[in-house]
Amino acid sequence: MKNRSWAFLAGGLLVALLLAGVVSNYASSHPDGLDSSLLKGCTVDADDNIVGGSCPAQQARDHEFADSPLADYGVRGVQNSFVSTGLSGVLGVLVTFAIGAGGFWLLRRRGTTPTGGDATTSAEGATPAADDAATSRAGTAG
Amino acid sequence: METLAMHISNGIIDGPVAAIFAALALAALTACVLRGRRDLDDRLAPMAGLVAAFIFAVQMLNFPIFTAGVSGHLLGGALAAMLVGPWVGALCVSVVLVVQALIFGDGGVAMLGLNITNMALIGTAAAYVLIAVLLRVLPRTRAGLAVTAFVAATLSVVVASQGFVLEYWLGGTTDLGNNLTGLAGTMAGVHLLIGIGEGLITATTVLTVAKVRPDLVYALRSLRAPATPAVPVAGGVR
Repeated sequence: MKNRSWAFLAGGLLVALLLAGVVSNYASSHPDGLDSSLLKGCTVDADDNIVGGSCPAQQARDHEFADSPLADYGVRGVQNSFVSTGLSGVLGVLVTFAIGAGGFWLLRRRGTTPTGGDATTSAEGATPAADDAATSRAGTAG
Repeated sequence: METLAMHISNGIIDGPVAAIFAALALAALTACVLRGRRDLDDRLAPMAGLVAAFIFAVQMLNFPIFTAGVSGHLLGGALAAMLVGPWVGALCVSVVLVVQALIFGDGGVAMLGLNITNMALIGTAAAYVLIAVLLRVLPRTRAGLAVTAFVAATLSVVVASQGFVLEYWLGGTTDLGNNLTGLAGTMAGVHLLIGIGEGLITATTVLTVAKVRPDLVYALRSLRAPATPAVPVAGGVR
């Protein structure tokens, strides 16, 4: 990859880390659309705990990994909830990127450029040709 | 209730139906790998990893919707479809869901096939169909791109929410009697509101990427490229 691509990647990761590491602490803690729909028929208290009625959410059972060290987007053992949420978010972004980028890198199509030498730089040099190929493929597929 | 649980929890859908959807999801994801490999080159692979990481981050940001006491969060299918295409995009969302289920205790592991079906497969597919239509119909401007992203994201969330209704009809653990339409209506209504948030986030992100690196927006490359090689939408660097 060219420098420009590395810069974009680094910038994007930084934004993701800030969102998951800091902004996540300001997220709404109310049940989301799915959970709230499943709570229909039940009454809940101020902390969204079920206090009465009957609804699909009452069938919910514990998660297989409910005692994972990062369960519920917190780091077990970290008392400060701001740090706990933020740290779990940062770890999540890094793990997701590592698995995603690593997996996609292993799956990527190879041999589009003459091998020998640095494959990444030669691939970047061949970008217009690769784009044309992608275009014609999309045309036939679509 | 635990905080920040965002996906289908264990016990909501019965085991056999969950297993069937796990098998379906596995088959569909295999197809995505086979077809997505054709899109994945040295440039798209790290970008797709970034898209997955970004979706993970933004899914943590539950935003309030107009209904009191209810929040929503990004699903990410439309964003992924826009930036890396439908096949790799579905894989990106799936990576996020797997990480959330296995590490963060969010969305039952036994329910993973259901969550992947709704958010990664249905959401991304619905979004990409809309993107493909809208990008061809709307003017080739930044506004056209923004409207495409917004509408595709909003509607894809509503469609994905109905995937859950179908699954609940097949294997819901509470007998709703004949009130399934009630669940469908509730899910559609609340997800239309969430979809507006999804649309705003998706449009903002796609416009930003299109401005900085228009060549990294898959939908522009593959759906608009023939007539407009250099992507006039952006006024970007290229």
